Amino acid sequence: MKRTMALFGAATALAMMPLAAHAERGASGHLNIIYWQAPSILNPYLSGGTKDVESSSLVLEPLARYNQNGELVAWLAESIPTVENGGVAEDLTSITWTLREGLLWSDGTPVTSADVAFSAEYCMHPEGGCAQAARYQDVESVEIVDERTVTVHFSVPKPVPYGPFVTAQSPIIQRAQFENCTGARAPECTDANFYPIGTGAFRVVDFRPNDVISFEANQNYRDPALPHFATITFKGGGDAASAGRAVMETGEMDYAWNLQLAPDVIATMAQGGRGVPISAFGTLVERIEVNMTDPSPDLPPEIRSTRAAPHPVLSDIRVREALSRAIDRELLVEVGYGQAGRPSCNLVPAPPIFRSDANDNCLEQDLDRARALLDEAGWVVGADGIRVRDGRRLTIDYMTSTNAVRQDFQALIQQWWREIGVEANLRNINASVFFGGDPGSPDTFQKFYADVSMYANNFPGTDPEAYLGAYRCGFEPRPETQWQGENINRFCDPAYDALHLQLAQTASIEERGRIGRELNDILMQNYIIIPLVDRGRLSAHSNTLGGVVLNTWDSELWNVAEWHRL
Amino acid sequence: MTDAVTFRAPRNQWWDVWDQFKTHRGALIGMVVFVLIVLFCFVGPLIWRVDPTAIPSGRELLRLRNQGFSLAHPFGTDNLGRDMFARMMKGGQVSLAVGIVGMILSILLGTLIGVVAGYFRRADGVLMRLTDLFLALPLLPILLVMSMLFRERLSALFGVEVGMFLMIVTAIALTSWMRTARVVRGDVLALKEREYVLAARSIGTPPRRLIVRHILPNVLSPVMVSATLMIATAIITESALSFLGMGFPPDFPTWGRLVADGVDYLQDYPSRSMVPGILISLTVLSVNYIGDGLRDALDPRIRGR
Amino acid sequence: MFTFTMRRLLLAIPTLLFIALVIFLLLELSPGDPMSDMPLTIPPEVRQQMRLALGLGEAWYIRFYKWLYLFSVVEPSHVLANMTGYDWLRVEGQRILSFQTRSPVADIIAQRLPQTLWVVGLSYLFGILVAVPIGIYSAYRQYSWFDQAGTFVSMVGFSLPTFFTGPLLILICSICVGWFPIISDTTLVVDSWANFLKQLRQMAMPVFVLTLYNAAQITRFMRASMLDNLTQDYVRTARAKGMTERIVVLVHVLRNSLIPVVTVIALGIPTIFTGAIITEQVFRVNGLGALLIGAIYGSDIPMVLTLSVVFAILIVLFNLIADILYAVLDPRIRYD
Repeated sequence: MKRTMALFGAATALAMMPLAAHAERGASGHLNIIYWQAPSILNPYLSGGTKDVESSSLVLEPLARYNQNGELVAWLAESIPTVENGGVAEDLTSITWTLREGLLWSDGTPVTSADVAFSAEYCMHPEGGCAQAARYQDVESVEIVDERTVTVHFSVPKPVPYGPFVTAQSPIIQRAQFENCTGARAPECTDANFYPIGTGAFRVVDFRPNDVISFEANQNYRDPALPHFATITFKGGGDAASAGRAVMETGEMDYAWNLQLAPDVIATMAQGGRGVPISAFGTLVERIEVNMTDPSPDLPPEIRSTRAAPHPVLSDIRVREALSRAIDRELLVEVGYGQAGRPSCNLVPAPPIFRSDANDNCLEQDLDRARALLDEAGWVVGADGIRVRDGRRLTIDYMTSTNAVRQDFQALIQQWWREIGVEANLRNINASVFFGGDPGSPDTFQKFYADVSMYANNFPGTDPEAYLGAYRCGFEPRPETQWQGENINRFCDPAYDALHLQLAQTASIEERGRIGRELNDILMQNYIIIPLVDRGRLSAHSNTLGGVVLNTWDSELWNVAEWHRL
Repeated sequence: MTDAVTFRAPRNQWWDVWDQFKTHRGALIGMVVFVLIVLFCFVGPLIWRVDPTAIPSGRELLRLRNQGFSLAHPFGTDNLGRDMFARMMKGGQVSLAVGIVGMILSILLGTLIGVVAGYFRRADGVLMRLTDLFLALPLLPILLVMSMLFRERLSALFGVEVGMFLMIVTAIALTSWMRTARVVRGDVLALKEREYVLAARSIGTPPRRLIVRHILPNVLSPVMVSATLMIATAIITESALSFLGMGFPPDFPTWGRLVADGVDYLQDYPSRSMVPGILISLTVLSVNYIGDGLRDALDPRIRGR
Repeated sequence: MFTFTMRRLLLAIPTLLFIALVIFLLLELSPGDPMSDMPLTIPPEVRQQMRLALGLGEAWYIRFYKWLYLFSVVEPSHVLANMTGYDWLRVEGQRILSFQTRSPVADIIAQRLPQTLWVVGLSYLFGILVAVPIGIYSAYRQYSWFDQAGTFVSMVGFSLPTFFTGPLLILICSICVGWFPIISDTTLVVDSWANFLKQLRQMAMPVFVLTLYNAAQITRFMRASMLDNLTQDYVRTARAKGMTERIVVLVHVLRNSLIPVVTVIALGIPTIFTGAIITEQVFRVNGLGALLIGAIYGSDIPMVLTLSVVFAILIVLFNLIADILYAVLDPRIRYD
């Protein structure tokens, strides 16, 4: 239902466009946006935080970005280069971008291919600590062909060459402004990082880190009728609940970002009548990760939670399957996310071509099947209802980060597991510790000193190759890698690795879809990861704000130029 | 002073204290309320045998959650259909224990350091610089470090609950004794120059007896105020810790956490955070009145009248 | 008294150095990571590069020494230059840069200070102004209805956490009645009566919540200390001499009762600088409290360290002032 709403929003936005084209730039006056996490810097290359990337997207723009349906659309580029139109080389090792004609920076100087090449140079500088370096992975060189054309050369064939200069994460920055700010000098250029010159619809007037930003319309924006708003106040900080109240109940604000609140709370706010919640889905999946290695504190630290010590209980696939079967995902959605969630049985829930339907049997909670599986695995119900085998109780340490919805999920899942005879010890850990990679802390999600852990993850863009690649052998966090690594479960299957290699060498989108689905199915059918909810993004806008199209594939503020007062 | 006194049989002075305490109406009411709250939390669960963590099974949950006050659920149910009455009792056990033990530890530490610093000039410099240090340390990183270093070891030694309890109580005491210490020291600095202390010292009273007999009773009232304020601080600090994921495991309700959880639902179900909030206030108020009564009862100048 | 003050001021330097070192080590040891709020889509190798770019690759003592130099030489020169307008005072070169914003820590603090002084400072001032008279009168008329009501309100005010009273007030005053804005406009410049009124309206709720909290503690100490002194022999003597009640209470008893109150206030004033963490967050005042908590969550070590050490300086200073005031209030107290 939510999706139809988003589509409907898109339709109205399209309908408004011809009308809006007649309007003058700035005719809609002032816009108030609230993000309950406050932006600290307006240079997305120095901070990967969503709040920083999205706020800077009002100013800085990429060559191409994804629209609300996850389709690539040309932004500063004339068109999307493909193999068909000759923009991408046959051998997939280069891509040629052409800038639109007549583009100007907000200071009035022309945008040239030198700026594009410089953006890559800035991020690829080894001492710069660029947060978006992954987008420029395997880039060998960026060649300036002429005033408006660049060619990116890759060191390996890239079936999906849309990493550099695509999406709000890797925008074009002005060479003249950042020339003396590369490498180790990057953080010293406070002025450039706080007041970047961009091509976007707005320019920064006042930036107060971690507090508030004032923007005004960019007088050199490429469409003379846009943006509709003359000024923006971008307020940050506080909590999601009062941000939602400010939009939907008091009408102080026009747009509130990412309201991760219980559905009944959102519903009450919406009754305030000043604004509406909107939602859209992307690739974010809330899941339970199963530890395939033994986290027991009795083990020496160099073996604990590494592949040297397989998990004594969870190595048995029947136990893992039972844990998954006992979960009622529909109910989780109802309690925790409402409109902004749907049950998920896949690690990759979207885009459609990568979405498998082989695992949909998980949608149905099946306690009997779960009990049967545990019986079969030799776990017998003990006196207090908890199963026992060889004197060992079936107890599972269940950790997650601190977050109201996650704690509700923990309580619900603990109850269901208790019903099949599994005891869960709950633990919640402060998010800055849990997601921080401090190798000295026992509580990080990488170290995984627990049997299962719950959090959400997604992948940027629409291609899951790198995302699925995390589950290959050798990528697990371990003492030798300072506990860094993406294979949280310590899963290792040579067949999986071989299939993934095949994906990396395939260009045809249908083939990629098939292999991607197969990889997803291997993980799902081994119950390495227990997916719970496909989490959408829920934001809210005021009733008087038009043109909002919620986009989960790129910055939420991607089409802010077209936002207008109704 | 009058004849009546001389004729009465000699009796323990604590009876006098009790007699005086009884005449203080606020203190009596406070005592009754406090005892009731303690009974509610610790004896209540024996009578009201509902599991505070039990969630209605299956789809029943959707019907049974967010209920108002009823006979089946005197305080209603929360957003997962758990009985708030039982959660209030269970939460009270933890909060009362943390509040009172945390308060006692913090006050003991604070008073000890304050008296020693105020009385012995030698120790003053070092102890007060130590106080400055503790005042300046940011609370959150201390707790993070403590939790990183000791949580696992304490859980292994005493089990999750007791281990966590010890850690939280110690953390609260370690980070809150400074105000009591400064206040007590300030008073002791002034008291030790009073004539009666001088007199006591001139007849050769050893410092220990001087402190226990003459100084301590006279700093009792600021200590009492600190103590009542500390209970509230300890209960609230505990909730902040649990809230940040550094306290008790999430299936452990505490009053502070119940208030925090209820805040988002303030509009629809105000009782959910009001009831535990009122219980915290009631506890603090009752302890405050007991403290008032005790202070009056222990003051011989008032008791005589 | 002068030699005492000088000695204490000199002693403050090694004390502060030690405090700074302890805070630094504490932050080093604490398990946070400046990369923790980056999305999980950023791979571990990139995170490691970013950490190195923040200077985290160097040994701890080198980083501490660098910070110490910047904090004691470079930053004061900039503050001085900004205050006097003489640009030649500036020591050129690197400054203390925050991990989160990559900008000089001192500039951000200077930007945030006004918000905090307006809200937290004012509420502390109000707290003292309200609490002292109430404390005195409550003690003088012990167990009168005024005293009972005062006790009740202050204990309730103190025992309810601000994360509860804040949203409650928002709900009542902003959403149901619509008197005050939920979100504080920190860019507001008070240059006209209309803007002044606006500033008053957006400050009303946070100032109220904090005043209640501060006043509650001070009243309790004031009252308890007055009660102790009201029964002393010197009060009877003063009354017997025929002094007016006014002079007995407000001069003799008050002066002798101020020692604990002075202590509590002196401990409270430095906390104005660290702001009110929860209240600032609830009302989006975005002062120093919000800055500190954000920096702690983000493991922004330079920011937390700088804020904490400035805070430590204030604590040492105000505790010294309190010690001097003790001797002024009670001349029998000697430190020499």
